[in-house]
Amino acid sequence: MLNATLAELSAALAAKRTSSLELTRACLERIERLDGTLNAFITVDEARALEDARRADARRAQGDAGRLTGIPLAHKDILCTRGLPTTCGSKMLAKFVSPYDAHVIERFDAAGAVLLGKCNMDEFAMGSSSETSHFGPVRNPWDARLVPGGSSGGSATAVAARMAPAATGTDTGGSIRQPAALTGVCGLKPTYGLVSRYGLVAFASSLDQAGPIGKSAEDLALMLEVMAGFDPRDSTSVDRPQQRYSQELDLDLKSLRIGLPKEYFGEGIEPGVRRAVEEAVRWFAAQGASTVELELPNARLGVPVYYVIAPAEASSNLSRFDGVRYGHRAAEFADLIDMYCRTRAEGFGTEVKQRILVGTYVLSHGYYDAYYLQAQKVRRLIARDFDLAFKKCDLILGPTAPSTAFAIGAKTEDPVQMYLNDIFTIPAPLAGLPALSIPCGFDERGLPVGLQLTGAHFSEARLLGAAHRYQQASDWHLRVPKETPL
Amino acid sequence: MSLSHDQIRRIARLARIAIAPGEADALAARLNRVLALVEELRAVDTAGIEPMAHALEVVQRLRPDEATEPDRHELYQSVAPAVQDGLYLVPKVIE
Repeated sequence: MLNATLAELSAALAAKRTSSLELTRACLERIERLDGTLNAFITVDEARALEDARRADARRAQGDAGRLTGIPLAHKDILCTRGLPTTCGSKMLAKFVSPYDAHVIERFDAAGAVLLGKCNMDEFAMGSSSETSHFGPVRNPWDARLVPGGSSGGSATAVAARMAPAATGTDTGGSIRQPAALTGVCGLKPTYGLVSRYGLVAFASSLDQAGPIGKSAEDLALMLEVMAGFDPRDSTSVDRPQQRYSQELDLDLKSLRIGLPKEYFGEGIEPGVRRAVEEAVRWFAAQGASTVELELPNARLGVPVYYVIAPAEASSNLSRFDGVRYGHRAAEFADLIDMYCRTRAEGFGTEVKQRILVGTYVLSHGYYDAYYLQAQKVRRLIARDFDLAFKKCDLILGPTAPSTAFAIGAKTEDPVQMYLNDIFTIPAPLAGLPALSIPCGFDERGLPVGLQLTGAHFSEARLLGAAHRYQQASDWHLRVPKETPL
Repeated sequence: MSLSHDQIRRIARLARIAIAPGEADALAARLNRVLALVEELRAVDTAGIEPMAHALEVVQRLRPDEATEPDRHELYQSVAPAVQDGLYLVPKVIE
């Protein structure tokens, strides 16, 4: 049961072969057994989860169940959840209990899903390894000496180690897709504006999107159906008709044109990653899909553009943490300014402080045009490359990350080494595009490799369809990490 | 370009983050690594390119100018470090 997909669990619940209570207990037991090592959860509320499960079973008994009613889920600890701590992996919010639910939390609640707990993450979602959390690093279930990627590393690990059937994450520069790749699960970053950001603690508002992490493309589709939808409380939420993604998975691969940017197959990619991704390309070609060689000449500038724009937005967004309205407040201070300065020095970790300082600098008088405005212009060049590419192809394929999982501590000293993990995941959010990562094999060390598909705005159904067809013919997505056997 | 310790102190002051004396060297090294990374952008020819502030080309949605929010100050202040009589307490700023 723990290795079943959402579709299978949903069918088992509908056929009364299991109950939400039984399923929830199985997840809680597995969390109890494994999470002492993996550290994927910051908060697990057993009583609440069991209460949710009983309510879901009662609802089902009344004939009022949807596809996700009674399914236990884990949520990234950046989505505000009433009655539970929402920490963002930070000392600043270690004791913060949100007075309201995020839109995403409300939607899953209304669907009757069970909330198992809140997942560990890089502090304020700033990182690619889930090491910067105030609550300690998350460990990769394929090898506990390695990172699971980040920032949604707790969510990806919860799914990979089969502690939760599916989870939510958020993605600003790759924070759903890169940990999905490094832990051998699936993750989708939706088109900007598809999922409301209401109650999602803001990092970089022009980039942040919440999305699903699960075992299969079909599971991502089922999750996205619940998460997506117009919300007037997010001024960037897009008002468009609801799509039934899980009903649109039967994509015809023969008419599919797959773009292969030469920049995504260049130097700096580990041989094991390249081999697995190229094999997937051959599979799609064998099904009749055509491949188109492309150029995204400005994509290489994605990392520097991102590390101007994201810190700039973060420096503004995180100014709200001042020790006045919520969160940590320093115990001792001389005056108001000193209270702000000490509160923020104590409450934020090194990476967060560093990004706030970079953001403050690039927005400051005399540097705004040279850095911030220039980065916004190059951002448009990157977006234009994609516009041109999607005239020649239906989706773009490449590796999600240049390497498989790396050792805990290996990249913490040099921020730039860490940032380069996101070289292939950063361009899509800069252009607002949807992109997903699915497992496509293993390297010579037995570590999972992620395949990334990127599409035009609101082409989630096509991305999920292509991934689903691939998964009908492969079982990479169903492999269980050997350190966490069932 | 490389930031001096004085510049970093000035930025930290703007950002309202206290920097401990022992922290400054390591922070300067990290900040300068990041600034070296983004330096590449300055050489890109962007003549005539409009800055892209937003991921989608949409017009900001407006709502009618009506009060919609109920009074939730008690709920919201319940998570504040220090409140009194519906007010947030901060150190004295006016003598």
